[in-house]
Amino acid sequence: MRLEKRNVLGRRNAGIRRFRKNLPLLLIALPAIIYLFVFNYIPLYGLVLPFKNYQYSKGFFGSEWVGLENFKILLNNKQVLIATRNTFFYNLTFIIVGTCVAVVLALMLYEMTSRFVKVYQTMLLLPHFISWVIVAYVALVFLDMDAGLFNGVRKLFGAEPILWYNSPKYWPPLIVIFNVWKSMGFSAIMYYASLMGVDQELFEAAKIDGAGKLKQMWHIAIPSIKPLIITLTILNIGKIFYGDFGLFYNLPQNSPLLYSATDVIDTYVYRTLTVLGDMGISSAVGFYQSVLGFILVLLTNWVVNRIDSDNALF
Amino acid sequence: MKVKTKNVVSSTEKMLHIVFHIVLSALAVCCLYPFLVILGSSFQSQQEILTSGYSAIPKEFTTEAYKLIFLSPKSIIDAYNVTIFTTLISTVCGLFLVSTCGYVMSRNDFAYKRILSMYVFFTMLFNGGLVPTYILMTRGFGLKDSLLALIIPGICSAWNILLMKGFFKSIPSSLIESAKLDGAGEFQIFTRIVVPISKPAFATVGLMLTLDFWNEWFNSLLYINDPSKVKLQYLLITMLRNVEFLNSPEAQQYGVLTGMETMPTMSVRMAMSVLAAGPILLVFPFFQKYFVKGLTLGAVKG
Repeated sequence: MRLEKRNVLGRRNAGIRRFRKNLPLLLIALPAIIYLFVFNYIPLYGLVLPFKNYQYSKGFFGSEWVGLENFKILLNNKQVLIATRNTFFYNLTFIIVGTCVAVVLALMLYEMTSRFVKVYQTMLLLPHFISWVIVAYVALVFLDMDAGLFNGVRKLFGAEPILWYNSPKYWPPLIVIFNVWKSMGFSAIMYYASLMGVDQELFEAAKIDGAGKLKQMWHIAIPSIKPLIITLTILNIGKIFYGDFGLFYNLPQNSPLLYSATDVIDTYVYRTLTVLGDMGISSAVGFYQSVLGFILVLLTNWVVNRIDSDNALF
Repeated sequence: MKVKTKNVVSSTEKMLHIVFHIVLSALAVCCLYPFLVILGSSFQSQQEILTSGYSAIPKEFTTEAYKLIFLSPKSIIDAYNVTIFTTLISTVCGLFLVSTCGYVMSRNDFAYKRILSMYVFFTMLFNGGLVPTYILMTRGFGLKDSLLALIIPGICSAWNILLMKGFFKSIPSSLIESAKLDGAGEFQIFTRIVVPISKPAFATVGLMLTLDFWNEWFNSLLYINDPSKVKLQYLLITMLRNVEFLNSPEAQQYGVLTGMETMPTMSVRMAMSVLAAGPILLVFPFFQKYFVKGLTLGAVKG
């Protein structure tokens, strides 16, 4: 009995001692811990919001519970379905095309001398430095009905100008192209940086064994950046139900005619919130966005863990 | 550093090299050319754009668009002020939060390292979404129309914390141990030893934050109604609408435009984007070495 008690006390003392010893470091991290708590953890109460009929005037606790009412409305809403479909497939395409382009670019950059790398880098990074607002103007330069470059070329060949901002069918490829255009430089440099860390001797050895450039890339370069590719892909899969608001709000100029091709969950939530002022629906959409994303990350990580546990995120 | 051994290069490899150059330079041109067109057409006249389209090289050079924007410069100067002010403060505060947290997470002898890592990492996977954040900011903190609403959101992201942690990991622990033996406290170690030797890390993350906050506009859209408090990128969105309105039949009918010809809306648009993106595009290429260096330090692996 007494011995046990002493043990418990001893353990508690050890705990306190450990706390004291780590207190200074804990204090250093405290501002960030508080920030994350306030701006990332407190908004999690929003996961309860869709089960309530939230009214701004009544506040969170004053609003009454409505159970699954908001979700029922959601399931019967065609726009939500379209927005979800768009979000998912755009992001999936971004992940696949974006990663492939970036890896290929990185492999090419790796073969260049450092002087050329610098030049290419500077130019490829330019789109990364501007906001989607400006990218929308870049798009306008190409797609403007009267003065755009695309229609200018069509005019040269005597073809009818296309009303780009009225025709949803052109937008899926356009959105993918502009997204890749904006992001390829930065991701390529990320992979390039990772390639720079690869031991040179591996390449030398392969060369002596008679492997050509392409073989070296396939058997040495790509495997060595595989961990980074996997990490970034898992993180991106977690965000697969989050549309890039900046892209989808600005690039199609928020044109209602294009919603069928360009509306994503985030622009839909924004519209229901600002135009209709409907907190129930928009928070219900937010809820299923969060939950689906979370499940997907766990799932992907589980799969990666099964195949190659070294590269799993956790 | 890469060492290129001089070997007999086969002709296929030479071809490959040339193909790489062609592809890379084609893509590089794709990245640069649109900006040249925007710059060029901001100096075109409305008539020229309408007849021969946007062009990187204006046939007749006119600064009409810029003159029109600076006819009433108050809104654009306000927007510049707000953007510069909030970007500076956000970056400084963000650097402080991100570096302190990242540093503590990088310390292997920190007993609660695992819990803290989970705590930070979780925010990457899960969030409450737009609605609760909006309610918290406006109702909880009453930040509608406050500059704080432009400063606070997004200054401390898990991604940047992990990036910083990666940097700090490369500091040899013996350095910290010996400082401890000399009787330095944790806080002193951080400010006197860790911060000075991590300048490249601070430069990298600081530049990334600056870029993000300069280009940020969503918070102006959400929280700001007062037109004198919006950021530059958001002003660009609203100005576009106003310019279009001035040229619309309704506006002309009500005599908004009496005595003036049609406004050079197309070149004004381009001039506005030159003014909004110009500073960043002029400054950042000089700093890109920090961008690349930051990523090279193997930081992204978290």
